[in-house]
Amino acid sequence: MHFKARAGQKLADVLLQENLGKAKSKFVGMRAKAIVEVDDFEATREAGKVLRNRALDDLDLWLEQFEQQATRRGANVLWARDGTEICRLVIDIARRHGVKKVTKSKSMLSEEAGLNLALEAAGIQPVETDLGEYILQINDNEPPSHIIAPVFHKSKEEVSALFARTHQRPALTDIQALTREAREVLRPHFLSADMGISGGNFLVAETGSVALVTNEGNGRMVTTLPKVHVVITGVEKVIPTLEDLATLMRLLPRSATGQSISNYFSLLTGVKKPEESDGPEHLYFILVDNGRADMVGGEFAEMLRCIRCGACMNHCPVYQTVGGHAYGWVYPGPMGSILTPLFTGLENAIDLPQAATLCNQCGVVCPVKIPLPDLLRRLREKQMERRLRPLKEILALKIWAWVARHPGLYALGTRIAVRYLKWLAHDGVRNDRIRILGMATEWTRGRDFPAPEGRTFRELYAARKGQA
Amino acid sequence: MSSREDILGRVRAHLGRTESNATSGRAALDAYLKARPQGPRPRIGGDLVARFRAKSELLSSTVEDVATANEVPQAVARYLTAHRLSSQAVCWPGLAALPWGQAGMEVAARPATGSDLIGITGCFCALAETGTLMLCSSPDTPAAMSLLPETHIAIVPARRILAGMEDAWNLARAELGEVPRAVNFISGPSRTGDIEQTIVLGAHGPYRVHIVIVGGEG
Repeated sequence: MHFKARAGQKLADVLLQENLGKAKSKFVGMRAKAIVEVDDFEATREAGKVLRNRALDDLDLWLEQFEQQATRRGANVLWARDGTEICRLVIDIARRHGVKKVTKSKSMLSEEAGLNLALEAAGIQPVETDLGEYILQINDNEPPSHIIAPVFHKSKEEVSALFARTHQRPALTDIQALTREAREVLRPHFLSADMGISGGNFLVAETGSVALVTNEGNGRMVTTLPKVHVVITGVEKVIPTLEDLATLMRLLPRSATGQSISNYFSLLTGVKKPEESDGPEHLYFILVDNGRADMVGGEFAEMLRCIRCGACMNHCPVYQTVGGHAYGWVYPGPMGSILTPLFTGLENAIDLPQAATLCNQCGVVCPVKIPLPDLLRRLREKQMERRLRPLKEILALKIWAWVARHPGLYALGTRIAVRYLKWLAHDGVRNDRIRILGMATEWTRGRDFPAPEGRTFRELYAARKGQA
Repeated sequence: MSSREDILGRVRAHLGRTESNATSGRAALDAYLKARPQGPRPRIGGDLVARFRAKSELLSSTVEDVATANEVPQAVARYLTAHRLSSQAVCWPGLAALPWGQAGMEVAARPATGSDLIGITGCFCALAETGTLMLCSSPDTPAAMSLLPETHIAIVPARRILAGMEDAWNLARAELGEVPRAVNFISGPSRTGDIEQTIVLGAHGPYRVHIVIVGGEG
């Protein structure tokens, strides 16, 4: 099933629409307040763009630098081509250290790999510990609908019913009480897990470290208490220095949740010393390709700057209306509409590049200035080139392109069209709305088409010029 | 071919990497690592302690001031009593010598467990820009102390309050040589907004963070 069909279902889902309505704009308002605390947010965005480009322009060298430093501090750096290899590596590590239970903080790469199911199949118990991810896991491994707020689509009533059923406790209605219940259920898991798995917001080449941004403290738990820590992250996440990290930390939390800084921000380097009472004895980095390496240096390379803040989806009118699940894979919203076709193949994400109005809200808020609408448009061009669009659409665009190259014909065509449309709008009462438009019946099923004035811009311009 | 060689090989091919541009690239990389230029920073002028205090309170931490370290136990005891919290606590080894007993507290210098209610730490430094504590792990400053207990008490010497994160990295390089296993920046009590984007304090870490600034007045 494609985006269009799923989006239709989501629009008809009354409960989802109610939940999305409630969630709408909270992040937007908080971001707007938080960015003015930085004297020059625009300059900081530009600096973020420049430093991400610096890393990506010499990605191989920065990765080698990272690997060298991480290894020096006692970590093992492993590489994975795809999700299958991630699963194999993680299961190998778990078996090597006799691991029975794994606590996880949020990792989108683990979603890309379907890691939880693979761990279960290998007899290893994965426990998601981010509150949102935990809710999804106990709801039969439901996929997240937002990269930083996984249960963006759920109401507290749904969470309450799910907790009561899973925990065999009386149903609670208060969000604070629900959070406390999750804390009580998850605390013993934190203390008993043999291995922790985390994602990585950034890899710092200077020090061979991973930087983790969290609010709940679960990220700290899974990287402090178990004897083994596995970091799974994309190869594009490397940045040069701790100074660069400071710059990005002025951008990421503000763009994500509208916080000046996240509650916890950890820089983790190497393994614990024998005389330390906490910290992992074994640290593994799994650096993942899964489609990223082939984006390097290409026409979609700018997308690799992405720091996964979610601002593009928070500000996207399409995302806000259909929610994250309509996008069909791990990454929703504008960034997902670009990454999904690139990671899974354009032919497997047939109408995702169309799932945007190109209004550029996403481009304006992106903390590292990724021109998201331009990249979406480029994907649409690719679809045309590869004939992945309906024949009718390809034909219509070809005709349009031909007419547009013939100005006389274009002028005549538009003159006829605006008069025809104006005539269509007459229904005896009003004449400014078209109720049913033959060429776009689906569009006018939900709303009226505004009627044109009856004359083209060029006609009006010529007339005004005559007057003056 | 190993996955490493495959992935790096394709990255190199897409970047047009050659032996000669790898050499110049590495030189540029080393130069950048040496220069470590800073990005644009907000102006943090005036009284760093006052700004740190104000920003911490915005993050739902509570803050009080004492003149000397010896006054810390009395202040902590007052805070715990006012909030009807336990007077039994665990602390970092270096803080064990403070006169906790005189303040009616029972403080053990041992690693925190999942059932300890009050954890007392110092900090490596603190940041006025955002009201953030920076804790560096070591055998004497274990990371779990600020994480497992429901209440985190942090002792912050006023002279260790810096403007921003860049200053903290430079201090760490100067005093520690290299970054420790875990650097934890803590900005208020643990929180989540996962259910209906409604903020709740005390997700998995502490429900409350109480900061005692030492020597910040006068």
